[in-house]
Amino acid sequence: MNRSEAIQLIDLLAIIAFVVGLKRLSNPATARSGNTIAAAGMLAAIAATLADESVVSYGGIAVAIFVGGAIGLVSARAVKMTAMPQMVALFNGVGGGGAALIALAEYHRLVPEPGRAALAETIAIALSLVIGAISFSGSLVAFAKLQELIGGRPLTYPGQKAVNGLIAVAVVVLAASISFSDGESRLVAAGALALLLGVLFVLPIGGADMPVVISLLNSFTGIAAAASGFVLHNDLLIVSGSLVGASGTLLTRMMGQAMNRPLTNVLFGAFGTGGGGPAATGPGASGGSVRSLGAGDAAVLLAYANRVVIVPGYGLAVAQAQHVARELADLLEARRIDVRYAIHPVAGRMPGHMNVLLAEADVPYPQLYEMERINPEFARTDVVLVVGANDVTNPAARTSPESPIYGMPILEVDRAKQVIVLKRSLGTGFAGVDNALYYEPNCSMLFGDAKASLNALVAAVGAL
Amino acid sequence: MNAQLIHELTVLALAVFVGFEVISKVPTMLHTPLMSGTNAIHGIVIVGAILVAGVGGSGIATILGLIAVAFGAINVVGGFVVTDRMLQMFRRKDER
Repeated sequence: MNRSEAIQLIDLLAIIAFVVGLKRLSNPATARSGNTIAAAGMLAAIAATLADESVVSYGGIAVAIFVGGAIGLVSARAVKMTAMPQMVALFNGVGGGGAALIALAEYHRLVPEPGRAALAETIAIALSLVIGAISFSGSLVAFAKLQELIGGRPLTYPGQKAVNGLIAVAVVVLAASISFSDGESRLVAAGALALLLGVLFVLPIGGADMPVVISLLNSFTGIAAAASGFVLHNDLLIVSGSLVGASGTLLTRMMGQAMNRPLTNVLFGAFGTGGGGPAATGPGASGGSVRSLGAGDAAVLLAYANRVVIVPGYGLAVAQAQHVARELADLLEARRIDVRYAIHPVAGRMPGHMNVLLAEADVPYPQLYEMERINPEFARTDVVLVVGANDVTNPAARTSPESPIYGMPILEVDRAKQVIVLKRSLGTGFAGVDNALYYEPNCSMLFGDAKASLNALVAAVGAL
Repeated sequence: MNAQLIHELTVLALAVFVGFEVISKVPTMLHTPLMSGTNAIHGIVIVGAILVAGVGGSGIATILGLIAVAFGAINVVGGFVVTDRMLQMFRRKDER
């Protein structure tokens, strides 16, 4: 076996590690080992590539790996769990940028030698560049939105779709033209326009839909990586890229379904632009008024319940209140109360985000109930404690066809005997819709910062 | 159409099917870590970047390749580390 065969064999092992790793990532009990296996495969693949006969210059590569690796390591270690989605967006963006740069560099090498750039290669170069560039700039915008560097609200202007469509056509024409005649400047122009398209494509999408967008851009980067595999004639890139492209597309669809937001709505719908048109009419219709109660009264309700369900939302994460929430749950469990957490599929900022935040606070995951499992239980629940969640508890999604969130799957907390909502004010959630729940007779509001209110509840329950 | 291209298209088609099959049933709680894990795997572009940059020389292609290597390294290291940080938190009660 010569060196190149040995490298191909190691590449095969890396591919197996990726597939096994992905499989294990789909199950909570094996997920962590799955990630480790995939990482080991990646390490082997990189080492094997460094041994490739065509790689003769190591100095620059060593510096680049060191600098990039250090940036990745430090930022991945330092990022707060609440900021996870935008971190993933950034990592995804640089991956896409990498694929785009590979395409540019390869084209630059191929062009001076007439006849070398075959049709299949130029098509692959164009795809890798354009898709990679869209993923790069789109991910940066998604990052900026989630990091609140720019407004999370959808940005729209008249003729937006027409402008985006024209740019897309220009990108395709320019990229396709290099298949017929060499033209590096046209390829660069296509790349620049693709960068612009990535920005314009993500800008009109609201913050609430950003997770689905990040997932979509993630699969884009996978596709770009696969295309760069066709450029370099490297099976490892083709397989890994298309694995991610395919599984990422499926994951994007699953996320969209969990949020009841078909992908086309996410991409072209610009949810919540109306700025609360329907919000104004919402609450008065039910005619009720809002009751508020103090921490002492709420503590009594909780302490003498048989079953309590806690509904955590993004507000809990922002207030960093997941640890206090667990303290309260521990106190209640010590009183032999059955405590569960109801996790809406999109609680937090992306599917599964809330599970991560609660796990960080050492909440055992068997206590976390997904929406389908907990909804039938609410009728037998004494007290539901809603902490910083809003739209996902709005019964209007079930009852009021004119509501913009009508049809969205919700946690049916209004069916419980008593609902206590911890909330700063009566402000609206991401969707900009008033919550009919707050006007229900079995609902009381405990106003204040989520963390302060939970601390007050812990003290009050402890004193009982 | 040459034999190499046909081979590559075969590999592509099979990998796409594997990609769909391998994550067909995933609980919602794992969507975020899984997205993050697949995100780390497309950091494989670092391999392509090394092949491009490794040829050497001081031309523009090498410089672009080196930037791509650094980008890929951020993607790989950051992606796997962040996924691990998320997943190390999933523990059963008795594992505390």
